[in-house]
Amino acid sequence: MSYRKGRSRGRWTRALVAGAMGITLASTVLSGTAGAASTPGVTSSSINIGATVPLTGPAAPGYSEIAPAMGALFSWVNAHGGVNGRKINYNYLDDGYNPANTATQTRKLVLQDNIFADVGSLGTPTQAAVQGFLNSQKVPQLFIESGCNCWSNPKFPESSGWQPPYTVEGKILGSYIKSTFAGKKVGYLFQADEFGQDFVKGLDRELPAASVVSRQTYDVATLAGPLSNQMAALKAAGAQVVAMATIPAATALAMLPAAVIGYSPQYVVSNVGADAPTVGPLLSAFAQKGGATAAQVAGVGGLLNGVITDAYFAPESNVSNPWVQVEKKLLAKYAPSLYAKAGLDGNTQYGIALAYTFVQALQAAGKNLTRAGLLAAIAKSGKSFVTPGLVPLSYSSSVHYGFQGAEVIKLSSTAPPAVTPSGSWIGGTAVSPVEVTNVGSGPVKKYTGKISAPPKSLSKTA
Amino acid sequence: MLRHLLIASFGAGIMYLVTSNISLFDNYQVGQIASFVVVLAGLSVLTGVNGQISLGHGAFMAVGAYTTALLMNHTQWNFVLELASAVGVAGVAGLLIGIPATRLKGPYLAGMTLLFALALPPIADKWPNTFGGDQGLTMTTPNAPGSLSPQEWLAWIQIGGALIVLVLLANLLRSRYGRTLRAVRDDEIAASLAGINVARTKVLAFVISAGCAGLAGAFLGLSTGVVNTGAFPLTLSIQLLAAMVLGGTGSLIGMVWGAILLVYLPQWSTSLSGHFNLGSGVSAYLATIIFGAVLIVAMIAAPHGVQGGLRWAWRRLPGSGSGVGGPAPGAPGAPIPVLTDE
Repeated sequence: MSYRKGRSRGRWTRALVAGAMGITLASTVLSGTAGAASTPGVTSSSINIGATVPLTGPAAPGYSEIAPAMGALFSWVNAHGGVNGRKINYNYLDDGYNPANTATQTRKLVLQDNIFADVGSLGTPTQAAVQGFLNSQKVPQLFIESGCNCWSNPKFPESSGWQPPYTVEGKILGSYIKSTFAGKKVGYLFQADEFGQDFVKGLDRELPAASVVSRQTYDVATLAGPLSNQMAALKAAGAQVVAMATIPAATALAMLPAAVIGYSPQYVVSNVGADAPTVGPLLSAFAQKGGATAAQVAGVGGLLNGVITDAYFAPESNVSNPWVQVEKKLLAKYAPSLYAKAGLDGNTQYGIALAYTFVQALQAAGKNLTRAGLLAAIAKSGKSFVTPGLVPLSYSSSVHYGFQGAEVIKLSSTAPPAVTPSGSWIGGTAVSPVEVTNVGSGPVKKYTGKISAPPKSLSKTA
Repeated sequence: MLRHLLIASFGAGIMYLVTSNISLFDNYQVGQIASFVVVLAGLSVLTGVNGQISLGHGAFMAVGAYTTALLMNHTQWNFVLELASAVGVAGVAGLLIGIPATRLKGPYLAGMTLLFALALPPIADKWPNTFGGDQGLTMTTPNAPGSLSPQEWLAWIQIGGALIVLVLLANLLRSRYGRTLRAVRDDEIAASLAGINVARTKVLAFVISAGCAGLAGAFLGLSTGVVNTGAFPLTLSIQLLAAMVLGGTGSLIGMVWGAILLVYLPQWSTSLSGHFNLGSGVSAYLATIIFGAVLIVAMIAAPHGVQGGLRWAWRRLPGSGSGVGGPAPGAPGAPIPVLTDE
């Protein structure tokens, strides 16, 4: 003991001296650094933007296609000289739909990669985890891929949603249920988070409380097997209509056990979990995993027949729609491997449209690009951006929601199918006019405005 | 003890130098490493020094994080007090787990603490109005003094906290309590014959260890700015144990190695899977696979962890130098076999 003490005393004296020297050195370094005044992530020839998306994990099926589809549109822009001479570098990182990963990956994008803006990041719990951070750093958190009501909040001026808020979707579908299935018993199945709760808020605004006989939930973090208990409870409660706020995997995991117990209610599913080319393959995959025969597996796609959902774009099965034609060409040329794998489905369509919205925001912000300038441009001219949406975007200085309308569609085997590399999937036809409403108590009313056509620059050169 | 304080101030000097010369994102990560050092050091005392195992330390971290977050959202308390409460409440949780733990050993103790890690998150989900549901609760770091960037300031808080914890633990291990902890680990009967209250000692170890975990949880919450159950999954508890073994069970300084691995491994594995274009089915689990592989290799090549390996190399080095490679303060002279009770 005494030996060690004696030896270490000399060593620690030296260490102290070294430490003190270090501190002096560090303070000189600190005082020498002065901040540059330019906009982070922007040079005269480039704009760096980033996002965190689920490339792995429970939310990855389908959703992992969105960011690469955005990349395809940016490649098209870059191939034509960029925006105001600046090429867009889009760096999307995997967060596995886990908020803890989102927190780290977003800091990597902002603090290390110095992005100009976070664009097209996916998920409610994930983006809520970084909303405070991005706002405190004054980094625009644009066009979040989630319909949570939480994105339009004066406390978080840097944040904006893009797709219809879930409450708006819930109101439009709820109003359809009320008029079409009057007097029928309704059951809910929803994700136990803001996605599900906001959707249910919308349904509850429209449906008489007495008609709702059962409210079932599932936890997305533990979503691993069929939602048998929930479906059995809905059956036992006698629900003739089941309204669902589910991600694609959960839609499949609900329909399969229901079919097994001979329960076939009228499904009304949020746009989030009703894209046939995404849900169809999941149905087959889960049925196969569950030990169904080959004939049964081939037939499960039929479960989607008759499903009611909503859409805020022309469905991909509508091959004569000019937007659908342009989007197909664009994907085939600028993201050939994605197009070979996924084709044009609800997710790739979504990615292209969202990226195009951002490009227009950049154009509106002008040559002298700043973060504040970008936000001001969206607030000022966001309503007039051209999108494949059935209703215009509703951005203003106080409203940070994108689309606030949709039409109700019915998946039907008589509608033209959606053909993707994974097969031919059931298509949809509109069963209601395009309707608009808001997240509050506003009525659901018919939208009478025009739907924009794809701009010439896109249809010509894509 | 003076020596521990000197080492800590030396560490502080080095960290000052480091934090002001690295990027802000690196500061964020260094802060995370410091947070993990705090929980691992506590775990090292519990397992390495006292011979008890815990698979529930992720849950203790959650307890601390939620405590601080709730205080931040509902009171105007002093920041240090809010952090101290995380230590206190997690310590009480440690007491509640530690009391039955005195009757359990080995796999039974592991099972009980595992249950704790599994049972806690659903409690937070059950009352979304209090605990914020999936979105969780927000946490804010007090404003940085002067022109210091918030990231650097937070890293300093976390590093400072880690150094204080290390000094306190190192002093504790050198004290009478440290000797009783070790005596109970080595032979409970002999210890009780020597007049040591075995049960109380074991509970004390749990309380100290859980308190450290609570502080670490609050620190990590400060890093991410939000606390939700998704940040404290069961895998975290298991990874903590593995990281502790890798760092060198029973050592305090060795926990730095374990913490570095915890922070950087997921990133390395992500870039690795990107590099080799691995499918999502593989890449999602790659970090866990590598972690397991590293653990196996380490147990064969350096059975006493990285710190044990370094110590071994140090002893074979001709002459000696200065710096952190020296005998770890507070570490028991001879490395200890892990997870064996008798």
